[in-house]
Amino acid sequence: MSVQQPQDAGHPVRLTWRMRIRRDRTLLLMTVPSIALLLVFNYAPLFGLATAFQDYDPLIGVWHSQWVGLDQFRQLFQDAQFWDSLKNTIYLSFVQLILFFPIPIVLALLLNTVLSIQVRNFIQSVVYLPHFFSWVLTITIFQQMLGGAGLLNQFLRSHGMSTWDIMTNPHTFALLVTSQAVWKEAGWGIIVFLAALAGINRELYEAAAADGAGRWRRMWHITLPGMRGVIVLMLVLRLGNALSVGFEQFLIQRDAVGHSSADVLDTFSFYYGIATNNYSYGAAAGLFKSVISLLLIWGANKLAHAFGEDGLYRT
Amino acid sequence: MTNTLTISPTRAGAAAQARHSRAGTARPPWEEPPTVIGQTVKGLTLIGVVAVVLVPLWIILVTSFSTPGAINRAGGLVIWPDGLTVEPYREMLLDPTVRTSLLVSLGITLIGTAVSMAVSVMCAYGLSRPRSFAHRFLLLLLIVTMFVNGGLIPTFLVVTDLGGYGKYWALVLPSAVSVFNILVLRAFYSETSGELIDAARLDGAGDWRILWSVVLPTSRAVTAVVTLFYAVGYWNAFFNVMLYMPTDSQKWPLQYVLLTYVNRGVGLPGSVNNGFGSTHAHTAPLSLQMAVVVLTLIPLLIVYPFVQKHFRTGVLTGAIKG
Repeated sequence: MSVQQPQDAGHPVRLTWRMRIRRDRTLLLMTVPSIALLLVFNYAPLFGLATAFQDYDPLIGVWHSQWVGLDQFRQLFQDAQFWDSLKNTIYLSFVQLILFFPIPIVLALLLNTVLSIQVRNFIQSVVYLPHFFSWVLTITIFQQMLGGAGLLNQFLRSHGMSTWDIMTNPHTFALLVTSQAVWKEAGWGIIVFLAALAGINRELYEAAAADGAGRWRRMWHITLPGMRGVIVLMLVLRLGNALSVGFEQFLIQRDAVGHSSADVLDTFSFYYGIATNNYSYGAAAGLFKSVISLLLIWGANKLAHAFGEDGLYRT
Repeated sequence: MTNTLTISPTRAGAAAQARHSRAGTARPPWEEPPTVIGQTVKGLTLIGVVAVVLVPLWIILVTSFSTPGAINRAGGLVIWPDGLTVEPYREMLLDPTVRTSLLVSLGITLIGTAVSMAVSVMCAYGLSRPRSFAHRFLLLLLIVTMFVNGGLIPTFLVVTDLGGYGKYWALVLPSAVSVFNILVLRAFYSETSGELIDAARLDGAGDWRILWSVVLPTSRAVTAVVTLFYAVGYWNAFFNVMLYMPTDSQKWPLQYVLLTYVNRGVGLPGSVNNGFGSTHAHTAPLSLQMAVVVLTLIPLLIVYPFVQKHFRTGVLTGAIKG
């Protein structure tokens, strides 16, 4: 194995690309497995998107299937169920944004005021925990607590009150999935906000206190501006992902609640693509979602720049 | 392209935060003492938050250890230990479907995590050395996949075309590489001091040796966190099973059994008595179901305490300068 020259020393030596490949061959070799996996399982499917413009037949494959142009999309836009799932996606995303987004911020603010290290660490360990539960487990827990045979109804029944099955009610489904998301992810969501809080200069608080600013004024004028960058970043990420509202979560509960209120774009793509072997149709729905999502990320990022923040990326 | 995925890129920053919170234990002299009402509201809220997580877990745990009598007396889930027994667990572990699925889950998790870590650690190190050949291009190749992907159906078609339907590798390989995790690892490897690496190089160490003996030992915390992220991903995997092996119950991992047995209450074909637990006199079906829930939790609860203190470093280091 050749001993490399320390290339970092001041003056750059001009090397041809052959020499650079020879020099870095071990490093390049190390990236090969990951890159290969990504090429197969992430880049190859991009070519598979061609199926959205075909009448894809799995027996003859992408190369020989018949091209139909935008037919799949035309059919999609006339499909009432597609519009239902798009409407559900946007509605659920909106409800989750309004009800979910502020909770980690408030929790982080609250936790930040806990002085005892032990108490803080304990609370943090507990609230991070559900993030590592699977959706199956989370929904099972909700089922046991709020479902038809669950704890809540067990209590209601034993006190002679009428029961109330929250888990199968299409009308309150948005609230149900949001509370599941809050239960599972809100604790995890506080990490970045806590880091932002820890990064605020303590002397600002002391100076403000010396100038007579009370607790709430300090929060308004120092804490919240100090968190602004992170809040905007998280909002951008959320807006960019607005069309991806928890796939597994909906898939698992779809049967209990009914597809008209539980179908989102992802589950639509799954049920009308894979379950019925109508791959082209599902791929078209997926492509529609991807394109809108990219536009959303791009737009949200522009919005962040308009607020004077870095956003997700800057070109 | 400059990508800033998260906020605090340096380990120094995390250390400063740690120091900060330690210094924050005492109330600074200028700060007003808390009001009684404020303290109470805050305390109750935090107790409520902790209870919302812990109480369901407690109830499930107690119910899983309960005798049929205790479950009858409670009319369902048991809140306070009444009659305790380990019979549900014995019963559960005798069930062939549960036993198989436990082995499948453990196997997928162990092999998958090993594959993912090997591949990711190598890739992260390969891209972490400054000015190496094509590292910017390769990094871009990685990052693009975070924003653009073929979506569900084209990915499904690629995997099935490669013969993945009904095969265990279909549960591992398509999700083996997490770009986010590679970027986290890379951020730490980039910070390993250049002098240390140069010194190793002068001693005749090649890149493999440097990765194994210098870089990996200096970044144990982040390795632990990323390993946990991968392991949890494999342990919790459910959708891939639904896609690639929906019918063969002998190959199902635990999460799928949890969904079928517990959530949907269906009897499994491989089960001793089609209708899980219904004919066992010594075990209530409910406690058996809750035992399955606890079983899915045990591995996580064993590992969690060891890794938990490193979460922040792992999560906050997604910063990349492409």
